[in-house]
Amino acid sequence: MTAVAPVPVVMVGRATRLRKRFLRRPMAVLGLVLVVLFLLLAIFGPLLTPDPLAQELTSAFASPSAHHLLGTDDLGRDELARLAAGARVSLLAGVLSTALAMVVGVPIGLASGYFRGWIDPIVMRLNDAVLAFPFLIFAVGFAAIFGASLRNVVIALSIGLLPTIVRIARGEALVLREQDFIGGAVADGARSRTIMFRYLLPNSLNTLIVQATVAIPIGIIGEAVLSFLGLGVQPPNPSWGVMLTSAQQFLVQAPQLAIYPGALIAIATLGFNLLGDGLRDVLDPKDRR
Amino acid sequence: MSALLEVDHLAVTFDTEDGPVLAVKDMSFTLNPGEILALVGESGCGKSVTAMSIPALLPTNGVTRRGAVRLSGRELTTLAERDLEALRGKEISVVFQEPMTSLNPAYTVGKQIAEVIQRHQGLNRREALDQAVELLVKVGIPDARRRCASYPHQLSGGMRQRVMIAMAVACDPKVLIADEPTTALDVTIQAGVLEVIRTLCRELGTAVVLITHDLGVVAEVADRVVVMYAGRAVEQASVRSLFAAPQHPYTLGLMGALPANALRSGSRRLAEIPGLVPAPVDDPDECQFAPRCGRATSECRAARPQSREIRDEHWVACYHPGHEEDGDG
Repeated sequence: MTAVAPVPVVMVGRATRLRKRFLRRPMAVLGLVLVVLFLLLAIFGPLLTPDPLAQELTSAFASPSAHHLLGTDDLGRDELARLAAGARVSLLAGVLSTALAMVVGVPIGLASGYFRGWIDPIVMRLNDAVLAFPFLIFAVGFAAIFGASLRNVVIALSIGLLPTIVRIARGEALVLREQDFIGGAVADGARSRTIMFRYLLPNSLNTLIVQATVAIPIGIIGEAVLSFLGLGVQPPNPSWGVMLTSAQQFLVQAPQLAIYPGALIAIATLGFNLLGDGLRDVLDPKDRR
Repeated sequence: MSALLEVDHLAVTFDTEDGPVLAVKDMSFTLNPGEILALVGESGCGKSVTAMSIPALLPTNGVTRRGAVRLSGRELTTLAERDLEALRGKEISVVFQEPMTSLNPAYTVGKQIAEVIQRHQGLNRREALDQAVELLVKVGIPDARRRCASYPHQLSGGMRQRVMIAMAVACDPKVLIADEPTTALDVTIQAGVLEVIRTLCRELGTAVVLITHDLGVVAEVADRVVVMYAGRAVEQASVRSLFAAPQHPYTLGLMGALPANALRSGSRRLAEIPGLVPAPVDDPDECQFAPRCGRATSECRAARPQSREIRDEHWVACYHPGHEEDGDG
């Protein structure tokens, strides 16, 4: 966060100002801390913990010890190792599905809003068609048809996230296309592609960044739900959703096996949501607190 | 002298939900190389629409454009969008009224000027940026190299308008269209910006179409004037001839409304033109100014007066022209 790109002095001023405004919001800072912890767990956790698939049936349901920091599960696998591996799956699912939806959705939305004409109604009706299905039903149907795997979960989630992103990008383009500097660019001979990627995209980046922080937790929850239902990551591979499923039958004798992944899902989602709220306030040009 | 730009019987109609709007009914004028031509008239008389028709910057749906626009003899109204893109910013460029919102807020001004240069002249980034600095020096921005790294919001309105001008002349265009370039600026800044436009265009040999409703601006910078009323040219003349002997009652009305002239004539109130601009919904065969004109007769309401040359290079579309109030021809 403190890294300052080698840009003119004035930009550093802006970055500093934004950082100050961000730090003045305790909830946003909390969100950032949670997200960073989640990222650390997902990136470095699996490197520091034992094999999450290694079973030790003799020490099933072990209590926390120096050997197993959070104890073991019903098959004697290290709980912390599985949580860390699950974090990586969640991160992949959340970030990849959001990234995919952005890469596809933003150009479609910008083009739709900028050109209007015949492409706009077509894009919007297709959008409505996807929106008409509840997100989860859609993802369940997709995974059921194409098979249960992390890859298909990511694809299903990104299609589910797509309509919102298309709509937001389109809305930004609709506002921007009426601005004088777009007319100015046309008068200077700019091509449509230049206008889309050099004028529309950078000027809607704030909104899109905020939208990404909203989409990532939806992706995380989506993956957990699909895996919980057996349509995502397949056991014995770990995922927070898979862990919740297997913990169900042992809720009475080992409630911690459900609490750990459940709490992590809640914390990761909360972190991204708080961060997104904070960024929205900080990046909003109208808000000058 | 052969004309650089010819606008020939241009008419522009907007289709709206309440029926067609005849923004420009019949406009013809020519622009000579290196000349500064002012288009003058009230709000809504069609001056901006006329000017924006030249590089085809009007929206394409719901707009019908008739007539011809020729640049160095090349017809522009039938050009494909691709060719227009190559033309805009290179041969014809535009300076808009609103300097506050006409620059991309996401990039530094140097980068924006350089981008136009790169687009049309195929220079690399380094060379284009160097040229951008030179241009900023030319438009009178102090400390140009450092200013290149400024974002639009860090500059004042006058500075931004200078940047816009630098951008517009970056590729040495043949025609510069300036749509009320000083209206949004402080009076003290206006003169400086006009001076930049004038000296720069003289130096580069750029012809200018200057749109304004300010006769003071016209007197200061223009060579020739076209006075517009309700989508038509009512008077065309050199600045000298127009100010020495305005002919059309509408032009006289505009001049009477200038504070300096009111002061000179000793009146305590500014003269105004009674009535309003007619709604641009139909085009009757009569003088559209007649309802507001003190000289109007039955002749004016019977048929539209044609433009005629009543002095050397001084055209007027009126049956009762003349600069004395009683209207001797």
